[in-house]
Amino acid sequence: METMSGLQGALGGILIGLAATLLMGSLGRIAGISGILSGLLFERGGNRPWRLAFVLGIVSGPGLLILTGLDWGNVSGDSGAVVGLPESGLAMMLVAGLLVGLGTGLGSGCTSGHGVCGVARLSPRSMAATLVFVLVAMLTVYLSRHMLGGSA
Amino acid sequence: MKILAGYLAGLLFGLGLAISGMTDPARVIGFLDVAGAWDSTLIFVLGGAVVTTFIGYRLVWRRQMPLFESRFQLPTRRDLDTRLLGGAALFGIGWGLSGYCPGPAVASLPEPSWPLAAFIMALLLGWWLARRLSPTH
Repeated sequence: METMSGLQGALGGILIGLAATLLMGSLGRIAGISGILSGLLFERGGNRPWRLAFVLGIVSGPGLLILTGLDWGNVSGDSGAVVGLPESGLAMMLVAGLLVGLGTGLGSGCTSGHGVCGVARLSPRSMAATLVFVLVAMLTVYLSRHMLGGSA
Repeated sequence: MKILAGYLAGLLFGLGLAISGMTDPARVIGFLDVAGAWDSTLIFVLGGAVVTTFIGYRLVWRRQMPLFESRFQLPTRRDLDTRLLGGAALFGIGWGLSGYCPGPAVASLPEPSWPLAAFIMALLLGWWLARRLSPTH
């Protein structure tokens, strides 16, 4: 099962890389989700139509798999399911969402913008940001799961 | 054509997130949980995405300009500052607590749940606050 999930992960990663390449080749833009989505919501001007189309595309990818009954997902509890249910409670998700929004807003990117596109550009800022958010997230999971005994 | 290109890129991105399993917060937390039953899947996702993007970018940059715009828009800053690293640290805490980064959260919308809705509402509030705090916007 480990090999299978790794293969599916790599295949999904290649699709994400092709998406980033397509956006750069057609519109000359970095495929950073936090920048595209927050720009769509909070900026005026000519970038709105393609940003909206991009976000609709992201939602319709998994949506099409679900509608057509294609069990190509890689959900750990039910490999084949497309979307996994979050384990954390509402209060924890509110705190986490706020931190992710603030952090990616102030830090100008998230896993897609810094971790994929920025690292592929060999940008020092993106490589440093990616190192910091992965290590801090690992420390957070360690503290919350193994030190404080929480489920998430 | 710009709208079609944006949609197709988003579609590929969303398919990639779903097929790789990134729309499962448990799998993401399994990767972050290095002291537990470690799940290596995310290494393959990031590796596949970075290598493909690295090659793809260098191929498309051979052209003078993108197909439907007059220039490539790339960030030019190379310096590290507190805002970047502090923001990355805050994001890391939120990512570790929830198992969601923005892309997978949005891609999970076809199967909504209350915790996901709470995350996305707070995410939007966070982006709004970050823009209020940012001198460039």
